[in-house]
Amino acid sequence: MLAQRQGMRGLVGKAGLKAAVPRPARMAAPARSRVAVQAKRECFMWEALREALDEEMEKDPAVCLIGEDVGHYGGSYKVSLGLHKKFGDLRVLDTPICENSFMGMGIGAAMTGLRPIIEGMNMGFLLLAFNQISNNAGMLHYTSGGQYKTPVVIRGPGGVGKQLGAEHSQRLESYFQSIPGVQLVACSTVHNSKALLKAAIRSDNPVVFFEHVLLYNVKGEVGGRDDVQCLEQAEVVREGTDISIFTYSRMRYVVMQAAAELEKKGYNPEVVDLISLKPFDMGTIAASVRKTRRVLIVEECMKTGGIGASLSAVISESLFDELDHQVLRLSSQDVPTAYAYELEAATIVQPSQVVQMVESAVGPRMALAA
Amino acid sequence: MLGHIVHRGLAAGGFVAQHTSVLPALSQRLFASRPSDDKVVSVEVAPFAVHKINAPSRHVETNVGELSEMYKMMYKMRRMEIAADMQYKSKMIRGFCHLYDGQEAVLTGIEAAITKEDSLITSYRDHCHNLTRGGNVANTMAELFGRATGATRGLGGSMHMYNKAQKFYGGNGIVGAQIPLGAGIAFAHKYRKEPNVCVTMYGDGAANQGQKYESMNIAALWEIPCIYVCENNHYGMGTAEWRSAKSPSYYTRGDYIPGIKADGMDVLAVKQVTAYAKQYALEVGPIILELDTYRYHGHSMSDPGSTYHTGFEINFVVLPRNP
Repeated sequence: MLAQRQGMRGLVGKAGLKAAVPRPARMAAPARSRVAVQAKRECFMWEALREALDEEMEKDPAVCLIGEDVGHYGGSYKVSLGLHKKFGDLRVLDTPICENSFMGMGIGAAMTGLRPIIEGMNMGFLLLAFNQISNNAGMLHYTSGGQYKTPVVIRGPGGVGKQLGAEHSQRLESYFQSIPGVQLVACSTVHNSKALLKAAIRSDNPVVFFEHVLLYNVKGEVGGRDDVQCLEQAEVVREGTDISIFTYSRMRYVVMQAAAELEKKGYNPEVVDLISLKPFDMGTIAASVRKTRRVLIVEECMKTGGIGASLSAVISESLFDELDHQVLRLSSQDVPTAYAYELEAATIVQPSQVVQMVESAVGPRMALAA
Repeated sequence: MLGHIVHRGLAAGGFVAQHTSVLPALSQRLFASRPSDDKVVSVEVAPFAVHKINAPSRHVETNVGELSEMYKMMYKMRRMEIAADMQYKSKMIRGFCHLYDGQEAVLTGIEAAITKEDSLITSYRDHCHNLTRGGNVANTMAELFGRATGATRGLGGSMHMYNKAQKFYGGNGIVGAQIPLGAGIAFAHKYRKEPNVCVTMYGDGAANQGQKYESMNIAALWEIPCIYVCENNHYGMGTAEWRSAKSPSYYTRGDYIPGIKADGMDVLAVKQVTAYAKQYALEVGPIILELDTYRYHGHSMSDPGSTYHTGFEINFVVLPRNP
């Protein structure tokens, strides 16, 4: 855990981008090594996601990939680079630009037992496919009296990037969270991105899988072929006693930056990466709340009707007696995301805000000796 | 309108007189005689209108046994829908309830041309599809009554009936949203290299949905074995086709996808054109069928239909074409 924590500060910067990677070796299908215990392997998140797709498509012929530019182009963030050469045009399907229809087609194919992974080139584009995601992916299992399953993975980049403008900076988790029957998962590290995507592909439930546009070039340790992570389980990133900070996706790094600062100031916050945005892992969440008795939710989502709003309500409802302080939230401003750098930064949560919020909730502490 | 050229009812005596090549004995022993049930007869149907494809033969081969089965199925559909109408009016059925009476020949003709290995998906007007795909009157009505013994255990209701074992994919309440699903189901047939098609049904109202054109583009590009069936009952809820479609020639609106228009009130014409379309879909790719029909009820039970279905239309256009 400590190693992971130390690694994170570098990740927020651009260290990962500069590192030289033996790319050709990664592009080829990774040959199964005869040596069982390998040295720790590092790669970019986009490569980890690509490995997950590659391995699952190899394992199960029912898995296929559908989306705009996923084939010959290799995916807008390289996540499916070269896969069409290995699996052919029938399994790696380049679609025209028509989110509503290719989403519906993927779901229709899933009803017959295929396991399509449907990529939204940008999560914002999936608003055009909202009806299919809601009424068909989400509800069909129920309305058919349990007859049909819709084992799709709907994945793609979302979140606030670097000056991408309002439409390409959306956090659709708040839109999708109220759809009955759809599961929401947000990956955050190289390791969990691969392990979670593999689990999502194997799941019979429709899973919306959130990747963050700024994390594709994060570098870190990646798991092997059999590393599969539970979709419904939160991850305690840093154990602490003063306050529970619940966060997910890129905000995990913002919080960990703040945590390092807080540590210097003598605070000991607990940081929990939610991972499962629906359903919430209430076991892990409740255990943490009982321990620290204070809650701060840090998210990139909108404050109104967002993930934090839902989590805050659930904690207040079910853990009220465990709390010594009202539930606190740090969310994005309820405005369209601006293009200008300074304005964009002002709409999303910064580490200094997290530090400030923890200080005011926990009270003054004696700083550690330098 | 094409469909008006030849009108006939299966049960009517006019059946024989209007068609060539029918055995003289047919009219006397239409539904009774078992021994000659499999005797092949040829019936001539009204001409088809075509778009970028040659028309199928107008001579349809059938036999007394098949005609008898078709009639029984259509009669069952009609009686069930009328019963649903009465149960709705006595408040046993609530919510939305879209009836299929008037359009029975469309589904019956399609089912006669395909197998249960072929997939079927339709809109919210799906009670009768449950009948042809493994369900029965009891579990259809039970669903309408909201019972656990219903087709989808009372969870789906009128618009959401399905049968996985017989490849019936519903039952979709959002107008036109079943069209991409149908293309995806047909794609899965191709993916698995199965010699089957997906019949994707929608109405003339849904024919103006963008997702139809989106999915047709993909289906044509990927040569997907999808038969797009436009059940043209001439009204998208209460709005007449000429008020909602610049071109109500729905069979031509696939542009690069060939289309055929047939009389949807003639079960044999539907059977013929569907069999032809299945062959085309498997060999080449998607095709559109426009089946000219009419619903005898309003759009749903909350719509009496009397504001736009005129008495003239019902008496002089519709009733003589009763399938």
